[in-house]
Amino acid sequence: MNPHKKGLGAWGIILLVVLYTGVLIIVPIIALILGAFNEGLAAVLTALGSRVFLDALWLSLKIALLVVAVQTLLGTLVAWIIVRHNFRGKAFLKSLVDVPFAMSPVVVGYMLLLLFGRNGFLNPIIEPLGIKVAFAAPGIFLATLFVSLPFMVKEMIPVIENLDRKQEYAAETLGASSWTIFWRVIFPQLRTALIYGMTLTFARALGEFGAVLVIGGGIQGRTETTTMYIFRSLDERNFVEAYSAAILLGSFSVMIVLIADWVKRREEKHQSRDESVERV
Amino acid sequence: METSLDHNQNKARPPELLLRASGLLYIGLMILVPLIVILQDGLRQGIGELIHQVTLPIARSAILLTLWTASLMTVINAFMGLATAYTLVRFDFPGKRVLNAIIDLPLSIPSLVTGVMLVMLYGPQEAIGRFLLEKFNIQIIFAKPGIVLALLFISFPFVVRNIQPVLQDLDQTQERAAATLGAKPWTIFRKIVLPALIPPLLSGSLLSFSRAIGEFGAVVIVAGNIPLKTQTGAVYVLGAVESENRLGASAVSLILIGIAFSVLALANLVHKRWGAHK
Repeated sequence: MNPHKKGLGAWGIILLVVLYTGVLIIVPIIALILGAFNEGLAAVLTALGSRVFLDALWLSLKIALLVVAVQTLLGTLVAWIIVRHNFRGKAFLKSLVDVPFAMSPVVVGYMLLLLFGRNGFLNPIIEPLGIKVAFAAPGIFLATLFVSLPFMVKEMIPVIENLDRKQEYAAETLGASSWTIFWRVIFPQLRTALIYGMTLTFARALGEFGAVLVIGGGIQGRTETTTMYIFRSLDERNFVEAYSAAILLGSFSVMIVLIADWVKRREEKHQSRDESVERV
Repeated sequence: METSLDHNQNKARPPELLLRASGLLYIGLMILVPLIVILQDGLRQGIGELIHQVTLPIARSAILLTLWTASLMTVINAFMGLATAYTLVRFDFPGKRVLNAIIDLPLSIPSLVTGVMLVMLYGPQEAIGRFLLEKFNIQIIFAKPGIVLALLFISFPFVVRNIQPVLQDLDQTQERAAATLGAKPWTIFRKIVLPALIPPLLSGSLLSFSRAIGEFGAVVIVAGNIPLKTQTGAVYVLGAVESENRLGASAVSLILIGIAFSVLALANLVHKRWGAHK
């Protein structure tokens, strides 16, 4: 079929798809933008400059950065042993990594409450240590860690699978230590995927709501993250506050993912160019 | 690529064992332990109590609402996802790259923000929402259509992105032959293209269904949490946790986990058996 010669049917399908995407995705985005600026830019800026909002944003950022750090280290490690190690139960480990995708965020928060809440299973261990998890920042951190776990692992598995093993063998033959091989041979090949995985994890962590609501309780000024702030503002009918925060969170998440996409695509282009040079 | 060095990997040296142990410990503590705890808590009073809890009127209606809104979303999403993937791969038109970029937006927009957007658009005080309510008596927010819309928004990429690569790699020789022999475009699509797309269509649809079962952020805002009317399973669990109804919370949680996991496993099975993409 020549794609340039389109019948009426083809145009019909294109129109249907464009309309559907427009109504489903674009129109709501425009509605949010228009609604937030309904009372003027000044109102938005006042809302975003309020102490309560900045506290919530700061808590979200701290948690998200910490989650990204842990996930980068341990997520990559898990991806590594899934690809490179052979052991019994590997298939089970792989399916465990998928669990957070299919898990309701509310249930995630609830599971953590069962572990750390009043009469929690782990309370006999953590209480003597004086650590508070439920309705405190550590609980929010754990909930966010749970929901964002698959992103780094899933991003790194194909990249580690495609690593050029010959380079590692060559370095090993030449007497390089494992440490040197990792930093000089393996790490450079993982860098782009690491950045991409970190960005996805960060965006997911910032936007988490259900799990952190249940385990964190949304105590204003203490355990209120950005999403909980939006939820409470809506509840209290402070619409400008809710809409301004939503627009900031939404556009920030979209922006960082777009930038990561762009970096990834540029790198892929470089790689394919390098390969074509090699072939010549 | 099996080489002699690969075999050495099986005899792991101490530092490698340490790596493996820490990876396993991380996943075990983070994922396995919470799962075991909720399983234990849900079944503590026996299967009978679990069944009793999920068949209580409010819980049952919440689970059923979750199931049918997710099903309706999946049917619409399967159809429109297929049309969208086909359009993006097979047709050229102005704005195609923009359309392709828009498909991914739901993946990066937090689901709570999705809910806020839908309320601003279709809320009873907003222009469009009021218009639909007054002229056609259609209520979207704090009603079921809002739930389906929210689910459609968050799951739009799943089917499209599952089908796209398969369609891209599809050999068009057969289609050209059929066209030469005078087959109509619709016949070609139905007889040649569609059968090849069934596996990714099926696994993508199942994936979006499993994702929809647990959706909370977008739904809690558009649905408004009215028991027996707009309360979904995930929202029910929140209510049960807040009112310290531990039996109900654990029971409905287990049902949601059970449904979502089985559907996800089915999606993976379809993908592995028929959709394996070389």
